Amino acid sequence: MSKPSLSVTTASPRAKWIAGILVVSYAMVAMIPLVWIFMTGFKSPPDSISYPPKVVFEPSLEGYVNLFTTRSRQTDEYIESLGPPETWYDELVRKRNMVITGPSRFADRYWNSVVIGFGSTFLAVFLGTLAAYGFSRFKVPLKDDLLFFILSTRMMPPIAVAIPIFLMYRELGLSDTAAGMILLYTTVNLSLAVWLLKGFVDEIPREYEEAAVVDGYTRLQAFVKVVLPQMRAGIAATAIFCLIFSWNEYAFALLLTSGNAQTAPPFIPIIIGEGGLDWPAVAAGATLFLLPVVIFTVMLRNQLLRGITFGAVRK
Amino acid sequence: MTTQTVDQAAAAAARATPQRIAHRVRGLSDRAIAWLFISPTILLLLAINIFPLLWTVYLSFTNFRANQPGREFKWVGTRNYERLLGSEDIWGYMQATAHFVVWTMAIQIILGLGLALLINRAFRGSGFWTTLILIPMMLSPAVVGTFWTYLYQPQTGIFSYILNVFHNFGPIDMIGSVSLAPWAIVIVDTWMWTPYIMLLCLAGLRSIPDYLYEAAEIDRANWLQKFWYITLPRVLPFLMLAVLFRGIENFKMFDLVVELTSGGPGSTTELASINLKREAFEKWRTGYSSAFAIILFVTVFGLGNIYVKALKRVTS
Repeated sequence: MSKPSLSVTTASPRAKWIAGILVVSYAMVAMIPLVWIFMTGFKSPPDSISYPPKVVFEPSLEGYVNLFTTRSRQTDEYIESLGPPETWYDELVRKRNMVITGPSRFADRYWNSVVIGFGSTFLAVFLGTLAAYGFSRFKVPLKDDLLFFILSTRMMPPIAVAIPIFLMYRELGLSDTAAGMILLYTTVNLSLAVWLLKGFVDEIPREYEEAAVVDGYTRLQAFVKVVLPQMRAGIAATAIFCLIFSWNEYAFALLLTSGNAQTAPPFIPIIIGEGGLDWPAVAAGATLFLLPVVIFTVMLRNQLLRGITFGAVRK
Repeated sequence: MTTQTVDQAAAAAARATPQRIAHRVRGLSDRAIAWLFISPTILLLLAINIFPLLWTVYLSFTNFRANQPGREFKWVGTRNYERLLGSEDIWGYMQATAHFVVWTMAIQIILGLGLALLINRAFRGSGFWTTLILIPMMLSPAVVGTFWTYLYQPQTGIFSYILNVFHNFGPIDMIGSVSLAPWAIVIVDTWMWTPYIMLLCLAGLRSIPDYLYEAAEIDRANWLQKFWYITLPRVLPFLMLAVLFRGIENFKMFDLVVELTSGGPGSTTELASINLKREAFEKWRTGYSSAFAIILFVTVFGLGNIYVKALKRVTS
């Protein structure tokens, strides 16, 4: 900056422009992979592996149809003997000499992700709210040690804990069950929930509850009727962070689930078509799986900083 | 709980509660509520975090194999640890991990800080573009890894195609080549997590009061001096916090890389966690891999503590 401007803290218009252009170009380059995932979901399998990569293509729902169905290859005669296709997706599949043999497991896996995600989020936020209130308002012996202990459980590599949990769950009959996964994700999420929620409780003035107690409420009533309503925004933000963690978690899901309680992350990478991965189907699955998180991220943007630092940075 | 202990607790609470509130306490005492609220969390963490960790410590001194639960196993002392620390392969995995951690952190610090400075100059707020930049870090690493293998296809992938627009490299096999694969994982991690460092740097930049720059202007400081003496010291605690969180995560890295390269080619991108999974759940050497898990945990914890000490020195 050669020319000294009047106000030093606001950049000159030209510097602002250059900075803006650089930021926007980074954002656009960073968006290429995501746009590409979305586009590939609507490509036909040959288009998805063409050279050069196709930017303009004829959109097709084949990826989505393949994602939700299992198919088998049949002879022309057999397909003709079936008569005219009844639905648009039958027609789409028959063009490739295939017939639909049934639904794929994707919907089940997605549903598992929903059940385990919401179940563990509910439990983690429920227990976390109670513990956060306890730590924030009461004299607890060894409070700082307990809080640090809660945080330090996050430092363990998941695989390190997975070995005994695998053995423990096998003994208890919890392996490959939704209940087992909910319990596990609740535990992992608790450290985040306690730390984040404690920050939110700390921000609510104690005087509110004390006034309520003076008015004849018990401690519990004051907590339920005065503190909880004040915590609503904080609880919502914490819940979304817990939900995103459970939704994205892969290592435990891979090691501890298989046929029954498997979630979507270990399933999406193994969507196989004829001759390798079925990329449009993988892209379709990825799109459906990533979309809720994108929406949540946009909703959460003002709480994001707090969430990703366990409440250490609040702006 | 027996009635007697309840009474004792109530009596203790009555002593602890200020007079003003004490005569209004009905139902549960403060102390009872505190324990009622906190104990479920502590119990769950003990059962599903600490107990398994202690079990891992025990298993690390045995030759137990989880795929043969009925088989007799015995205490082998420190043999697993001796074998691990004497093995050259382990150092290979540790080196791959170190390469990954050091380079992702170095590149992301430069990019993240740079982006934060630019955003702070251009927008002074979290606008549409900032939100767009933040999206990758919230996504599922396993799904992102899977999809990047498609982007990285040497012939048909868009990564190789775009680079060839700038210079005629020919097909670039990021995942199949021994020299490129370690960088393939660094690139994807950088794509995902630069926003994290950026977000924290941005928080640091916003914490700097304007008058510091105004004072510097009066003292005729140039932009480099302003950056070095005002911006950097104020942003450093935030930057170091970001590196702490990301460094720990990347040291434990599993999902993204396993889906991207599954440790290959050969074992060039076989990070510590990936090898641990292989030993524990493919070769079923439970005792040996438990020892490895403990070594990793102690390393993370030790490095983390040293780092936190440095962080405290910077912030004070």
